[in-house]
Amino acid sequence: MTFFGQVVQWFLDSAHWQGDVGIPNRLFEHVSISAESLIAAALIALPVGIAVGHIGRGGNLAMNISNVGRAVPSFALLVIAIHLVGIGFWPAFIALVALGIPPMVTNSYVGMREVDADVSEAARGMGMRARTVLWRVELPIAAPLIMAGIRTSAINIVATATLAALVAYGGLGRFIIDGLAQRDTVQLFSGALLVALLSVGVELGLRVLQRITTPVGLRIKAGTQEVRTARLSTA
Amino acid sequence: MLPTGIVGAAQDPWIRWDWISAHIPVIRNALVQHIELTVIAVVVGLLIAVPLGLLAWRQNILRGPIFSVTGILYTIPSLSLFAILIPFTGLTVLTAEIGLVSYTLLILILNIVEGMDAVPQEVRESARGMGYRSLAELLRIDLPLAIPTIMAGVRIATVTTIGLVTVTALIGEGGLGSLILDGLIRDFNTPLVVGTFLSVLLAVVADIGLAGLQRLITPWSRGRSTA
Repeated sequence: MTFFGQVVQWFLDSAHWQGDVGIPNRLFEHVSISAESLIAAALIALPVGIAVGHIGRGGNLAMNISNVGRAVPSFALLVIAIHLVGIGFWPAFIALVALGIPPMVTNSYVGMREVDADVSEAARGMGMRARTVLWRVELPIAAPLIMAGIRTSAINIVATATLAALVAYGGLGRFIIDGLAQRDTVQLFSGALLVALLSVGVELGLRVLQRITTPVGLRIKAGTQEVRTARLSTA
Repeated sequence: MLPTGIVGAAQDPWIRWDWISAHIPVIRNALVQHIELTVIAVVVGLLIAVPLGLLAWRQNILRGPIFSVTGILYTIPSLSLFAILIPFTGLTVLTAEIGLVSYTLLILILNIVEGMDAVPQEVRESARGMGYRSLAELLRIDLPLAIPTIMAGVRIATVTTIGLVTVTALIGEGGLGSLILDGLIRDFNTPLVVGTFLSVLLAVVADIGLAGLQRLITPWSRGRSTA
């Protein structure tokens, strides 16, 4: 049988769809740890980035911490977390949260800084209170970049959750790690395919979400945002 | 009674200098391999990204497809991409490099297109007026003016690649990642700390070095912000 025939057979095997080691449960583990990590990271990163961007002070420090954060390999982060808290859910969770923070800090900071000062001024001139200016003017204008940051973090987290199998947590990475360990290229390839599909699915889903949450007047060409953030964050 | 893991952790300090001094050649080899894997990936990435980027910039119709394909490659997790390649290219440097190069493409192409788009129209018209033909204009006017943005892309691609190289330890390559994996397998902190520290240090040094290189090759932009 050809290699691809074996892969198809692997997917058709009902044993791979049942119980704790089946695809549905591995998918659930993968998605749930990713979602929990993303939410925890957002609760830390967004208030910091938005506050620093809004106040306009301490920006360089926040950006430098974020940039150094990007240089720490996620693989190393995960292994260090094991040495701190042992194996299982927690090291994976801690590593994923740490990984998710930098893009959201950077983007929410840049998003808030890029709000035209004249616009905030005009809003104050119209009698809005500081809090209203933040919620009704600055945040909606910064929303596309903030969402782009959330998307970047989500993609990084889903990708790195694959490595969580190394620290004895489940997730779809289990099939890849086990496939590597057992020299089982069919399992390895099938698992990799599942992870790739999940990642692309999450990316597309978040793109749609980002489009929906962007005020119509602020919609800009795809790709431009990434470049803007990327360039600003290394400047 | 304490579980053995906790006792082990208490006895294993974060750094054991005697292990480091006994393993200098191992550490040096890992560092050299890490640099090699990174340089090959970024250079090959640039060789592919420059023509594709120029194509995406010139031909609006190709922009969407080029961004979509490189975007999907960028989205697929590194371990997954390596695993998809293994049945075809095995546990080899080639597998590692195909994966690493794939990740540089989106970043590099985005920055090339953005940099070229940002060249002012008046500058282009002046060049035409001075008698530049399109190829000479591209090489001597457009590309040089786009260098700061392109170099920003090279810096991001390089820092990202240095991080991703550590993952290739799982497919038998890895550079400094092999030290990190060693730390994981033997539950031993020192190689883990050394591998992580050197990897971060390498990323920071590469980033600063490339920023310096950019200043060197674009003397006209010195003293001005490129952001």
